[in-house]
Amino acid sequence: MKTLRFAIAHNLGLVLAIGLFVVLYAIYVSMHPNYGMNVVLQNGNEALALILVGMAQTMVVLIGGLDLSVGPLMTLVNCFGSIVMAGTGGSIVLGVIACMALGAACGFMNGCIVVYGRIQPIIATLATGAIYLGLALFLRPTPGGRIDGDFAWAFTNDINELGYTYGWWEDLGWFGLIPLQPIYLILIVVLVWLPFRRTATGRGCYAVGSSEAAAFMSGVKINRCKLTAFTLAGFFAGCAGIYLTMQIGSGNADAPQAAEYTLRSIATVVIGGTSLYGGSGGVIGTIFGALVLRSISFIFRVVPESSALGFVASPLLQPFFEGVILLIAVSLGAARTFRVRNRLSLFT
Amino acid sequence: MSLVSKIDKPILIGLGFIVLILAVGTVYTLSTQGTAVFLSPNYLMQQLHVGAFLGITAAGMMMVILLGHIDLSVPWTLAAGAMLATAIGGPLGALTCIGVGLTVGLVNGLGVAFLRVPSMIFTLGVNTVLLGLMVMLTGGHAPQSAATDLMLFLGRDRTLGIPHSVIVWALVSLTLVFVLTRTPLGRYMYAIGNQEAAAYLSGVRTRLVIVAAFVMCSLCAVIAGLALGGYSARAYQAMGDAYLLPSIAAVVLGGTNILGGQGRYAGTVVGALIIVLLQSVLSVMQMEEAFRQVIYGAVIIGMLLIYSRGRIVNA
Amino acid sequence: MLDGGPAAPVGGADLVMRGISKSYGGVHALSDVDFASRAGSIHAVLGENGAGKSTLIKIISGVVQPDRGTMSLGGNPVRFASPLEANAAGIVCIFQELSLMPDLSVADNIAITDPPRTRLGLIDGRAQRRQAEALLARVGCEDIDPRERVRDLPLSRRQMVEIAKALGRHPRILILDEATSALTGSDVEKVYAILHQLRDEGLSLLYISHRMHEIEELADTCSVFRNGRHIETFKKGDHSDDEIVQLMIGRDWSNVFPPKPARTSPPEPVLTARGLTWPPALRDISLSVGRGEIVGVGGLDGQGQRELLLALFGVLRGVAGTVSIGGKPVKIHSPASAKSPEIGMALIPEDRKTEGLMLPMGVADNITMAALPWLTKHLVVDRSAEAEKIKEMVARMQIKVSDLDAPVATLSGGNQQKVVIAKWLLTGARIILLNDPTRGIDVGTKQEIYQLLRSLAAEGAAILFYTTDYDELIGCCDRVLIFYDGRVVRELSGESLTETNIIASSLNLQPGEIPTGAVQ
Repeated sequence: MKTLRFAIAHNLGLVLAIGLFVVLYAIYVSMHPNYGMNVVLQNGNEALALILVGMAQTMVVLIGGLDLSVGPLMTLVNCFGSIVMAGTGGSIVLGVIACMALGAACGFMNGCIVVYGRIQPIIATLATGAIYLGLALFLRPTPGGRIDGDFAWAFTNDINELGYTYGWWEDLGWFGLIPLQPIYLILIVVLVWLPFRRTATGRGCYAVGSSEAAAFMSGVKINRCKLTAFTLAGFFAGCAGIYLTMQIGSGNADAPQAAEYTLRSIATVVIGGTSLYGGSGGVIGTIFGALVLRSISFIFRVVPESSALGFVASPLLQPFFEGVILLIAVSLGAARTFRVRNRLSLFT
Repeated sequence: MSLVSKIDKPILIGLGFIVLILAVGTVYTLSTQGTAVFLSPNYLMQQLHVGAFLGITAAGMMMVILLGHIDLSVPWTLAAGAMLATAIGGPLGALTCIGVGLTVGLVNGLGVAFLRVPSMIFTLGVNTVLLGLMVMLTGGHAPQSAATDLMLFLGRDRTLGIPHSVIVWALVSLTLVFVLTRTPLGRYMYAIGNQEAAAYLSGVRTRLVIVAAFVMCSLCAVIAGLALGGYSARAYQAMGDAYLLPSIAAVVLGGTNILGGQGRYAGTVVGALIIVLLQSVLSVMQMEEAFRQVIYGAVIIGMLLIYSRGRIVNA
Repeated sequence: MLDGGPAAPVGGADLVMRGISKSYGGVHALSDVDFASRAGSIHAVLGENGAGKSTLIKIISGVVQPDRGTMSLGGNPVRFASPLEANAAGIVCIFQELSLMPDLSVADNIAITDPPRTRLGLIDGRAQRRQAEALLARVGCEDIDPRERVRDLPLSRRQMVEIAKALGRHPRILILDEATSALTGSDVEKVYAILHQLRDEGLSLLYISHRMHEIEELADTCSVFRNGRHIETFKKGDHSDDEIVQLMIGRDWSNVFPPKPARTSPPEPVLTARGLTWPPALRDISLSVGRGEIVGVGGLDGQGQRELLLALFGVLRGVAGTVSIGGKPVKIHSPASAKSPEIGMALIPEDRKTEGLMLPMGVADNITMAALPWLTKHLVVDRSAEAEKIKEMVARMQIKVSDLDAPVATLSGGNQQKVVIAKWLLTGARIILLNDPTRGIDVGTKQEIYQLLRSLAAEGAAILFYTTDYDELIGCCDRVLIFYDGRVVRELSGESLTETNIIASSLNLQPGEIPTGAVQ
C-alpha cells in the first residue's frame, strides 16, 4: 500500500495525464456513432508518430535540455526509409534496422556536439535539425518513393491483417482485432524504456537532470548519461520516422510538418508530467500526453454539427481549444507560485 | 582600450564571416558569369531589404533571450498582426496589429513572470491559441484582402533607393540599443539574465522587467509582420513560421548567450545578416535547398564551436 | 608524526600530503601545505573561513587538482582527476552543500554510484532498498523511508541521508565538511556515536567544524590552517581553547575591531519590529535598532536569523507582526519598497555570488544596480553622474580594480563583498541588514568592513548584523540578540557580551549570571 502511495506521489504528472486522457477519450467514445476496434486502430494510427517523437523529446528534457531536431530527424528517417525499405522480404527488415541505426546515430551526433562542443542542447539541435532536414531533402527533393504495399498495410493494421497478408495465421478472433500500434508501444516500453530506467546510466540521466552538480559530486558519469539520452532520443525519433514511412508509404521532406512535430513534442512532454527543468517524469507520461493532445482533435471530429455544441465544435476551433487546454494545463501547474512563502525560492 | 576590444569577439568573427561569404560568392560569380554581382550596391540593398524582416524579429527575440527566456509565439504573433491589419484595413488595421503585439506580449509576460510557467511552454501555448484564433477568423482559408497602403509603404516602397523596411529596422535597432545601453530597463534585463535572485534582492521589480521584454518582443514581431505583409503584398497563414528558428539562430550567432545575460545588440544584426546572405549567396550559386540547409546548420555549429572555444580559453 | 606509523588497519588508510599548493586566479588558497591524517583517528581541521580548509578537502576528494605537491594513500602515491577516482580509492566526502539529487528517491541517492544489480545487469530495486534500509538503520534513521523522494525530506533528514550515502560507499577515509551544521540535537548525538564507531573500526576521519565543543568531543588530533598555510598539528588537549583560537586567527586579533563608542543614553530607535512571526522559522520576535547602533544577531546556524533579515526586507510572504521606521509603521512587501527613500533599507545577502552580484557583469554595473532609479533622469541613466558616484564609491571602499567594466567575477572575494556593500551605500540606506558578510573573505578585508560598519554607525546608520563568528559579535556589536528556535532568547551587551555567554545562550542553557533577555 505504501509503495502505491509513493508511486502515485512521485508520478503525479503521469497520473494526471492518464486521468485527463481517460476523461477526454471517454467523451470521444460516448459521442462516436459507431465505436469499435477499427476506430481504435485509426486512432492509434494517427497518434503513434506523435507519441514516438514525444518520447524522443522526453529523453533530452529529462537531462535538462531541449531537442529541436526530433521533427527533422523523423523526417530524415522517413526519407531514408522510403529508399531502404523499398524492397521486399528480408531486405525490408534490414531497411528497418538501418533506419533505427540512422536515428540513433544522428541522436548520438547531437549528444557529441552538446557534450564535447559544449553547446547548449537547444541551439545545437536547432542547427543539426537544419542539417537533418537538408539531408532529407537531398534524399527526397520531391515527395516520392514507394515501399512494399503489403508490408505497409500489414504492419500498420491489426494482428489479423498481419497474419492474412503474409499467410502466417488465420482469423484469431477478438485477439486478432487488437491493433499493432499499442503493441509496438508496449514492446518499446518493455524492451527499451523499462530496462533503461533500471541501468546505472538511465538513473544517471535522472540524476543529471535533477542536479548536475550533485551528480558530478556523486561520481555519476555525466557525459555518458547525456550521450545515451541523446542517442535514445534519436532512436525514438527514428522509430517515428519508420512508422511514418509505413503509414504514408513514401518519403516526404516536409519542413513545416517537421517543425510542427517538434513543437508538439514539447507540449506532449509537458502534459505528460515531465518537468522542463529535467530530472523527473518519463516517456510513459509522454505517451499519455500525446494521447491527450490527439483525443482533443478526435473529439472535434465526432461532435455533430447540428447539436447544441455544434457551433463550438467546428473543426476550425480545434487548434484554438488545443492551445487553451495546453495553457490551462501548464498554468494549473503554476499554482504553487502563489503558495511560495519565501520569494527567493522562486528563482532557483 | 582600443575600439577593437570594445567590440565583442563573436561580432568580429561574424563580420569576418560575412566578408568570407561575399568573397566566396564573388569568386564564384567572377569565374562563372564574369561579374561581381554580390558587391553591387543594388544586390546588397536587396539583401538588407529581405534581411530587415528577420532582423526586426530577431531584435525582439533577443530581448527575451537576454533574460534567459524564449518566445515561441513569434510566428503567429507576426502572422496574426499582419492578417488582422489586412482584414481590417486602413489605419485602424495597423493600430489593431500593434494592439495584437501589445496584448500577446502582456499575456506572455504575465504567464512567465507571474505564473512562472517556463517561457518555452507558455509561449508555445499562446502560439497555438493565436493560430486557432486566426483559423477561426479566416475560416481556414487565406484571407483575401490585400496589404494596406501603410503596409506597402513600410514593406515594399523605397525612398532614394533605400527600402523603408530597412529604415524601420534601423529605427527599431536604435530604439533597442538605446533601451539596452541607456535606460535602467536595459541594465535590469542583463541583470535578470545573469542572476535573477540578485536583481530581485537589489530592489529591481523583476516581474515588470520580464513583462516589458516580452512586450518588446511581440511588438517587434508585429512590426515585422506589417512590413513583411507589405513586401509580399498580402498576409497569409504561415507567414511567420519561417522566422522562428532563424531569429533564434541570428541572436545566438551574434554572440548572445542562450541562457541569458550576455550579448550585444550589434551581434544580432550581424547574425541576421549572416543568415540572409548565406541563404542568398548559396541560392545564387545554384546550390540545392538540401545543401543550403546542411551548410546553414553546419555554419551555426561551427561558429558556436569557435565562440565556446574562446570562452574556455578565457575562463 | 607525518610518517612511520604502523600499517593501516583493515578498512582505513593513512593519507599524506606534501607541498600542496593551489591558487585561483592569483589568490593563493593553499600554499605549500604538508598534511597527514592517520587511520583510526578523527582529525579536526580548523581555521577561519578562507583559511584553505575547503580547498584542502576538494583536493583530497578529487574535485579540484593541486597546482603543485604530492599526495599518497596508504603509502602509494595517488592523484585524482575527478571525484569518481577519489571515490574508487576509498575517499568519501560529505560536503556542506549537499550532493543529493532532489528528484531521486532516498534509496536511489544512496546507491547512485554503485547500485546493486541483478544477473541481467539491471539495478536491483529490492536489494537497493534493503541496502538503504540497513544504512539508514546504521545512522539511526529507521524513520526515513527509502522510497521517499529527497525533495520531500526536511534539511536535517537530508543530511542524515547524506551520511548514510557516504557510509554505503565503503570509505577508507571519510571527510565531513560542516556535516552537522543542519542537524538537530538528537541527530548530532547519533552522528557522534557513528563517527566514534567508525574510528574504532580503523577509518581515518577528517572533520571540519567551527564549533569548539564539537571538536572537543570528537577530535583526536587537530590541524590549524590560516591564510592558506598549515600552522600547526597537535593532539587534543595540547592547547587550550583560547590558544587554538589564537592559532586560528593569528596574533594581531585584538586590534582588528575598531573601538566601540561609549554611550550615555539609549539611542533613538530607527528600526522597530514587534511580534514578527513566520512559522516555523520566526516566533514572535521583537527588536529595535537605534541610530548609530550595531546590533548583532547570533546563535547557532539556522535558528531563524536569516529569515528575520529576509522578513524585514520584504522577501517573505505572510509575515505577521509590525515594523516601524522612525516610529512610523510601514509595510515592506518587496526589496523594491525596502530600498525606497521613505524606508531606506539595505540587505547584504548571504551568498554574494548568487544573491548579491551579477558575476559576469561589470564592476560599475553592479555598483549602481540598486541605486539606478536615483541616477536616472527622464528614463535615461545619467551617465556622468553615474560615473562620478562609482568613482566615489570605489575610492571610499578601496575596491582594488583596474577596469571598472571587467566582470565582477574576476575580483577576489573580499573585493566582491565590497562591491555588494558599495551597491547599497549608494542608495543612501539608513538601515543596513548584513547576513554573514565576512564569510570566505580575507582577514584584511574583514578588518576594513568592521571599520566601515563602525563609521557608518557613527554617521547615523542603524545596523543589524548577523554573523556566525563569535568574535565579530563580541568585537563589532553594541548589543547582541541570541536566537534559538525562532526566538530571541537572550540579549547580551557590555560586560555580559562574552564568548562563554554567547555559546551558553546559543545552546539555550541557563548560565545563571546572565539575566534573561528582556528585549526592548
